Amino acid sequence: MGDSRMRCRKCGRPAAINMRRHKLALCDECYPDWFRGQVERTIRQFGMLAPDDKVLVAVSGGKDSLSVWDVLLRLGYHAEGMYIDLGIPDGGYSTESKVRALRFAEARGATCHVVSVRDRYGLSVPELALRRGRIRKVCSLCGLVKRHIMNRFAREGGFSVLVTGHNLDDEAAVLMQNTLTWQPGYLARQFPVLPADDEGLVRKVKPLCLMYEREVAAYALVCGIDYIQDECPHAIGARTLFYKEILNQLEQRSPGAKAYFFAQFVRAKQSGSIQFAEGGERALHACEQCGQPTTAPGLCAFCRLWQSDAPTGQDEDEA
Amino acid sequence: MVVVRYRGKQYELKAGMTARDAILKLGLDPEAVLVLRNGKLVDDSVILEDGDEITLVAVVSGG
Repeated sequence: MGDSRMRCRKCGRPAAINMRRHKLALCDECYPDWFRGQVERTIRQFGMLAPDDKVLVAVSGGKDSLSVWDVLLRLGYHAEGMYIDLGIPDGGYSTESKVRALRFAEARGATCHVVSVRDRYGLSVPELALRRGRIRKVCSLCGLVKRHIMNRFAREGGFSVLVTGHNLDDEAAVLMQNTLTWQPGYLARQFPVLPADDEGLVRKVKPLCLMYEREVAAYALVCGIDYIQDECPHAIGARTLFYKEILNQLEQRSPGAKAYFFAQFVRAKQSGSIQFAEGGERALHACEQCGQPTTAPGLCAFCRLWQSDAPTGQDEDEA
Repeated sequence: MVVVRYRGKQYELKAGMTARDAILKLGLDPEAVLVLRNGKLVDDSVILEDGDEITLVAVVSGG
């Protein structure tokens, strides 16, 4: 049978990935360089990182965080990883993902810090959710816990910037959700760079925010990055997945639709042509207990989570 | 026959179709999966041949 396969535009070998939004097919040898170049361009475009930054990468053992860490190391940044052990027992999910993060670091001579939620605070995330009666909302609780620990660890460790592996599909799904429900506060805060705050929020950046999830997975596969492919058991049925599915349907009909949706939002914010009021008082101050920045009076949402009788807010702090 | 694996399940499909056709036949979204043929990443225009071992890798995660 003749080989009618699509060919790499750069070298003519059989293509490993065809990116319809770019009208570009590349082979497994040319693709990693192209991908790293795109990420480097995003870093420059938004002024995300300086050469002397001390970078902390939040790693989950998944494709996005390990890929962004890989790219940053190859670009020469001083990037250490931090894995948060959430204590998710289902199918050994946390154990498996931790092993992958540690193996990745070891193979590259990089440092991966591990913070165990249970060791440090006494309960795993699923146990905490059970205690707080938020079994159906584990993802939002988990997000709050992770944001708190990431910021605290970065701050205490003297890191100048915190990197997360959010890709374009993540950003577009959040944007779609917050647009369909008109959440001006969330829309005001969504951006590839979240600046540091005098009260203690560490600068946060998302170097993969213009890369499709599919492109990130392809990078991990062709670079031989061993990542956990199983979905977090608590994410099954999550709303984010629903919005991603809708966006992928749009993408099928109109290649580039996802990128256009998010990139135009970012451009409009940059130019000032759209503005959102955050709504209410957003002044940050130090939590009375942990010292982390919060908009809530008294204790931050994270500290309240661990008090058995206190009501829990979900998103009022630690943007 | 071509063996196609996806999320722990195994399917047998006839050779001669493209990987994209196979993805659609299984009711999956081509935007949401990548194709490994005999362990190597290939674009989905590849025509499946007898004896091929195909793994479809889900790329979407969320939560």
